[in-house]
Amino acid sequence: MKNDQAILRIDHITKAFGGILALNSVSFDVRKGEILGIIGPNGSGKTTIVNCITGFIKMTSGKVFFHGRDISGKPAHKIADMGITRTFQIMRPYYSLPAYKNLVIPLFSPRAKRTGGWRGGGQLGDRNTVGIDILEEIGFERDSYVPYKAASTLPTGYLKRLELARCLALKPEIILCDEVFSGLSMSEIASMVPLIERLQMDGITVIMIEHRLRELFRVANRVMVMNFGEKLTEGTPDEVMADEKVKEAYFGSEEVEEVMTYA
Amino acid sequence: MEQRRKERLDRGIKVRSDGLYALMSWRELSYLTLPRLVLIIGMLMLPFLMPNSYWQRVISIVCLYALLALSFDFLAHFLGLVSLGGAFFIGVGGYLSAIMNTSLGLPPFMAIPLATLLGAGICTLFLLPCLPLRGVYFAIVTLMYPLALARVIEAMDLFGGTDGVLGVDSFPNPWVEQYFVIAMVFLFMFGTRRLVNTDLGLVLRAVKDNDQAVKASGMSITYYKAIAVFIASAMGCLSGACLVHIYMWAGISLFALDFSILPIAATVIGGGGTLVGPVLGCFILVPISELLREFGTLRIVFYSLVLMAFIVFRSEGIMVYGERKYHQFERWVKV
Repeated sequence: MKNDQAILRIDHITKAFGGILALNSVSFDVRKGEILGIIGPNGSGKTTIVNCITGFIKMTSGKVFFHGRDISGKPAHKIADMGITRTFQIMRPYYSLPAYKNLVIPLFSPRAKRTGGWRGGGQLGDRNTVGIDILEEIGFERDSYVPYKAASTLPTGYLKRLELARCLALKPEIILCDEVFSGLSMSEIASMVPLIERLQMDGITVIMIEHRLRELFRVANRVMVMNFGEKLTEGTPDEVMADEKVKEAYFGSEEVEEVMTYA
Repeated sequence: MEQRRKERLDRGIKVRSDGLYALMSWRELSYLTLPRLVLIIGMLMLPFLMPNSYWQRVISIVCLYALLALSFDFLAHFLGLVSLGGAFFIGVGGYLSAIMNTSLGLPPFMAIPLATLLGAGICTLFLLPCLPLRGVYFAIVTLMYPLALARVIEAMDLFGGTDGVLGVDSFPNPWVEQYFVIAMVFLFMFGTRRLVNTDLGLVLRAVKDNDQAVKASGMSITYYKAIAVFIASAMGCLSGACLVHIYMWAGISLFALDFSILPIAATVIGGGGTLVGPVLGCFILVPISELLREFGTLRIVFYSLVLMAFIVFRSEGIMVYGERKYHQFERWVKV
């Protein structure tokens, strides 16, 4: 693909925590409308990439280009306002509020007012109603009162969806999903996968950080592998799985067999 | 052994009276409005019920503390910032109003609103540097400013130095004074109660719950904190501005820490997060403090005891307890 199709270009970003290099000169492109998976062992810098791109931590050096514009060093809320949203690995709902009220907050943001929220164009209308609509779309059963329950009483599966819903309320161009599958049961993941695919059909670019390789390889168009803060390789799921370096550094000899058989 | 537990049930009437239904029956209408009416009428009657002008003055002071306590409650329970800034707000508002009155010759009813808005702006500006931070910084900074400003005024002999600003105009008469402050308490009490349930109020509560998620939603938390701090400091500055016109004097004692501490005590006693409890707390604490005046500084000991008793036995506060009893049935059931 040509370079101008890259919606997000990460250019040699480095992040040092004291003397430890969490990210060492990592570069990659994200193409418009694709699902890019980022995998790697624990501590390989996956979440740090998300934090750097979304401005939650300041990178030591390097640049991030969004539609060719340099966005590195901008504060987190400005970056979210441009349409790059993220979910948190440890879910961060507003626990004291009911689920649908959780969405009133992103719908109140300047970006949602401009874009009209998810799918909307123009007028936003009543934020409570829009919030419930988004929740229903994302798998909250409207008639079972789940949207009206306090977020603190919701199970993990719903909280993960709520994280996604919060991103969607902003009508984002890119969603960075930080381990949306982790902590979910197989059946919950099975219902999440079509959701991610629908986001792609809606034209949203998705970057997924995952440990659940089997499920990730099913949805991802491309996969990037990280190890010790460096990019090991990138390519289609099949290419990545065939890569000797990846096998050595990440999978370990037994696990890869298993993944290959199932995927 | 037989075990029992307390079961709590919402009163059916409450569930139904949340919406339009309330308009359909007197019973439900009064269920909703009676507590509010009792409060409003009670407060309006107070100036008449007081035996002499000394106690009428106490009512005004109670109301000023009530504004401070509301400001504390609003910041602490709806934004998550613990403010020790009562003295700071009182001082800034008080000095501003006094100076506008004596130097610029503005009458009290022009000086007070101006001092409120200007003071709130100044306070917000002073507090802006610590707004992006989380944790105890806000409390420490709000505690530091009144101490520092009092010393600056003393050392540099600003605004009359230790003598203070003399000859500040009073309110036209005691009735105007009392009903003005009572009206202000109503305005801010019902105003903030309404505000926290609007979408903007939800965002403020979200900042308290989870500021990272608010950032991730494309909103600047500093901006929303600044809005809330502006509202809270406006309440404090208004209180200070009224105070100088009641005492007809502005001095360093406006920065006294009483103004920071008593509102917190009142909020603990009255019930935090209700935006009514703090007002009730002031109506309990300030008169007690006046009754104990002859004990001198020993009244602080008594105060501490009352506070301690509330923290140990009713840490939720009067209002939270009362609301629960009003809205819910409680009964013991066998396990």
